[in-house]
Amino acid sequence: MSTTPTHTPTVVLVGHGMVGQRFLEALADRGVTERARVVVLCEEPRPAYDRVQLTSYFSGRTPDDLSMVEDGFMAKHGIELYVGDPAETIDREARTVTARSGQVFAYDTLVLATGSYPFVPPVPGKDARGCFVYRTIEDLLAIEEYAKTATTGAVVGGGLLGLEAAGALKGLGLRTHVVEFAPRLMPVQVDEGGGAALLRTIEQMGLSVHTGTGTQEVLTTDGAVTGMRLSDGSDLPVDMVVFSAGVRPRDQLARDCGLAVGERGGIAVDEQCRTSDPAVFAIGECALASDGRVYGLVAPGYEMAQTAAATIASAEEHSFTGADMSTKLKLLGVDVASFGDAHGTAEGCLDVVYSDSRSGVYKKLVVDRDGVLLGGVLVGDADSYGMLRPLTGSVPPVSPEQLVLPAGAGAPVALGPSSLPDDAVICSCHNVTKHAISQCTSLPEVKKCTKAGTGCGSCLKVIGQLLPAATDKGLCGCFSYTRSELYEITRTLRLTSFAELIDSHGRPEARGGDGCEVCKPTVGSILASLAPVIKASGYILDGEQASLQDTNDHFLANLQRNGSYSVVPRIPGGEITPEKLIVIGEVARDFGLYTKITGGQRIDLFGARVDQLPAIWTRLVDAGFESGHAYGKSLRTVKSCVGQTWCRYGVQDSVKMAIQLELRYRGLRSPHKLKSAVSGCARECAEAQSKDFGVIATASGWNLYVGGNGGATPRHADLLAQDLSDAELVRLIDRFLMFYIRTADRLERTSTWLERLEGGLEHLKDVVVHDSLGLCDELEALMAAHVDDYQDEWAQTLDDPDRLRRFVSFVNAPDAPDPSVKFVPERDQIKPDLTVLTIGTRLERV
Amino acid sequence: MKLELSPSPDAWMTICEDSRLTPGRGVAALLPDGRQAALFKDRSGRAYAIENRDPFTGAQVLSRGLLGSAGGRPFVASPLLKQRFDLETGKCLDDEEVSVTVYPVRTV
Ligand SMILES: Cc1cc2nc3c(=O)[nH]c(=O)nc-3n(C[C@H](O)[C@H](O)[C@H](O)COP(=O)(O)OP(=O)(O)OC[C@H]3O[C@@H](n4cnc5c(N)ncnc54)[C@H](O)[C@@H]3O)c2cc1C
Ligand code: SF4
Repeated sequence: MSTTPTHTPTVVLVGHGMVGQRFLEALADRGVTERARVVVLCEEPRPAYDRVQLTSYFSGRTPDDLSMVEDGFMAKHGIELYVGDPAETIDREARTVTARSGQVFAYDTLVLATGSYPFVPPVPGKDARGCFVYRTIEDLLAIEEYAKTATTGAVVGGGLLGLEAAGALKGLGLRTHVVEFAPRLMPVQVDEGGGAALLRTIEQMGLSVHTGTGTQEVLTTDGAVTGMRLSDGSDLPVDMVVFSAGVRPRDQLARDCGLAVGERGGIAVDEQCRTSDPAVFAIGECALASDGRVYGLVAPGYEMAQTAAATIASAEEHSFTGADMSTKLKLLGVDVASFGDAHGTAEGCLDVVYSDSRSGVYKKLVVDRDGVLLGGVLVGDADSYGMLRPLTGSVPPVSPEQLVLPAGAGAPVALGPSSLPDDAVICSCHNVTKHAISQCTSLPEVKKCTKAGTGCGSCLKVIGQLLPAATDKGLCGCFSYTRSELYEITRTLRLTSFAELIDSHGRPEARGGDGCEVCKPTVGSILASLAPVIKASGYILDGEQASLQDTNDHFLANLQRNGSYSVVPRIPGGEITPEKLIVIGEVARDFGLYTKITGGQRIDLFGARVDQLPAIWTRLVDAGFESGHAYGKSLRTVKSCVGQTWCRYGVQDSVKMAIQLELRYRGLRSPHKLKSAVSGCARECAEAQSKDFGVIATASGWNLYVGGNGGATPRHADLLAQDLSDAELVRLIDRFLMFYIRTADRLERTSTWLERLEGGLEHLKDVVVHDSLGLCDELEALMAAHVDDYQDEWAQTLDDPDRLRRFVSFVNAPDAPDPSVKFVPERDQIKPDLTVLTIGTRLERV
Repeated sequence: MKLELSPSPDAWMTICEDSRLTPGRGVAALLPDGRQAALFKDRSGRAYAIENRDPFTGAQVLSRGLLGSAGGRPFVASPLLKQRFDLETGKCLDDEEVSVTVYPVRTV
């Protein structure tokens, strides 16, 4: 190493996982990175990422999304990061670390944050092709690849991670088994009752659970997994096995250089996270804390990172003496939480238990004789976790029975966060108290200043409740009113322009201004929904309204990533004649468009340039098509199954009803998109219960379900009314939709709206079925006006040369096509040519 | 009245009639060197021009974003990923390392 006149102290960090990264941030916060050289040896092929959220890779988050390192962080703090280069040996005498690449780094302070490795029981066949562990992004990539050729999988281990892995296998389409040695699932976190509730729910989801069963051997043929032999002697045919039987601290490096390690592993550290060598620290899952435990959770690791950084900066006396093992997770969609003394090990403690096997809910609270809450287990409904955990160690303001009873049974408890003491820890990942949170005024501020809510996220709900008084509910920087308040203002004052609204009701500083990209489309949508009653133009691109619409509405088509648009003609109920199908095919062929059948039973045509849109619509409109409003926050499609007409099970004509509904509500502007479906019988082939409003035929009429959702946060719709006649059904949907449009927030789907609505489904029933507010006549009249006023937006545009003028790529060269919209072939069709676009584009991360 | 833009120092080119711009919205124009500009007009009738290329995606789409104002300064929000760009300075308001070119404009 070169000798410099003034010695720059060097900190070497081995392991760039979650805790390692937190340690670097803590060093930077304390200014250590300014005066010391910091070197990081990272074994994995990428910088630190969010291991806790690993499984979300399967729901679409990319490795980049999971990264924990802010852009430019290393450069900004002058940290040297060596990716894919693990430490191989430590020479404590010479104070050097040698990496696999052969580089030797001298250190003044060495920090080990090597995490854990998955424990694989030493059964024969454990190394066969098709055996995996579940720890890194690379593990998941390998599992995903192998699962493509597999049909059945087994997870060894029914703990927290095992169930997460099982959920992932199931999500990959595999028949999935869980084999757990202990007599119940999640033996560490939940007690017997909780395990039983969990078991029932998980089995109902289609996973096969084998508890009290060990794995004796992995059976193989030609080196690949074919099955498992279980401890009861039976064989389970499976194509792949994921081991999730616990983790062990990675302490080999420490052992090799003679540092003290625990009997059962873990690098022994004191309260400052120092190992037996004062120049070496160990933090995170590889460390054996001074309380004799190895913590397998991220929050205690973060605390150790803070402690070590503070000690190294010698700024303050910080110590790590142990941590809370509370957890809440959403396992395969089941809430599971445990906190404090979940197993009731304290002397003389008492249990309060609520258990409902039908709904898979199990809740247990542990209290001491004086009523102090010690801990608990929640399965199936962990909503109250965010409130209960901070109350641990105090006497809750209401009786424990009330805390476990489900809402609606007996007296519902309104236990708000106001009842929490100031020093209650709200975010256990970052150890943030109620007091610290109440110093902030908005969620972004909370996240920025305290980091609360940026870990597992289970505290977000309580944080939200702690902020209301301070939180500005206004729509955006221009309006202090919410969307539904603006709707009421527009309706009662009959305002017909955005300018009038912002000048009279905008925030003082926004009056006279141009608004913003949030309020303009919102007001545009309100004006469109109310057009018939406030006597505004019914054409959304007339006059000032044109300047309010998002680009999709503005061009009546959907903007795609390369600046081209997609076109979706309406196909009501998914029913289409051969002639019309042929026209779509011809249009796509003649304009060179990419065609794809959508989930909404219609056809999407991609790759149109702005200047081609009118010609495409002309062909479609001439053939009897109209706009499908795929671009608008409005009704998309009403899907249907073939129903009684063809299907031997059908009990009503679902196609006819779907067409009737789609034609009735087409073009209705709403706070968010609306989806619907009609099924011809209870077999539900049209998946109506995942829609904003879904209809299922019964022998005597129709059942109406509302508030369903698919997508990222699926929600089963709630039954609003049963056995309705055709007319009753339509009337009820009219009322429901108009009530939603009137009261929902911007971009709030019916599912979230219904969850937020005070009084929930019962209140909705009161209003739209029993007319408790006397609103129904008005809601129906609004819908009638919409239906009367409806016009096809494509035809309206084509009819008017003035309106057509905007459909050019360039205002100064109307005939020139946009040269940046280019395509290349893919599977016999086209796809955007992105190379045209990337020239000179800023690269997000190297 | 015509709207003119200066694609390079000392040069002016006519883009279109001033009336072609709807206040609060933009249009795209093709420049002599093949680059593209996005022109906007705010509520008070003032015109602005920046390059049309969204630096975050590379797509030529800024002209299709919505114009707004915050603290008295005009901006456009990209229609793709919604980053805001100050129309007077070209600076991205959501990422200080990013900016787009601004072109002088005048009406004659
Ligand atoms: C699927 C999954 C879900 C989880 N869910 C939760 C949860 O809900 N809540 C919770 O609290 N915790 C959860 N955890 C646990 C949590 O991820 C860990 O507690 C946390 O990652 C520990 O951080 P760490 O930095 O100590 O270890 P790690 O994040 O494992 O990082 C250690 C890093 O060190 C590297 N390394 C090891 N040896 C060397 C060497 N010699 N040289 C260089 N680098 C080396 C490793 O490759 C690794 O990248 C989950 C874990 C998994 C796998
Ligand atoms: S929902 Fe019923 S009627 Fe419709 S296709 Fe399925 S089985 Fe047939």
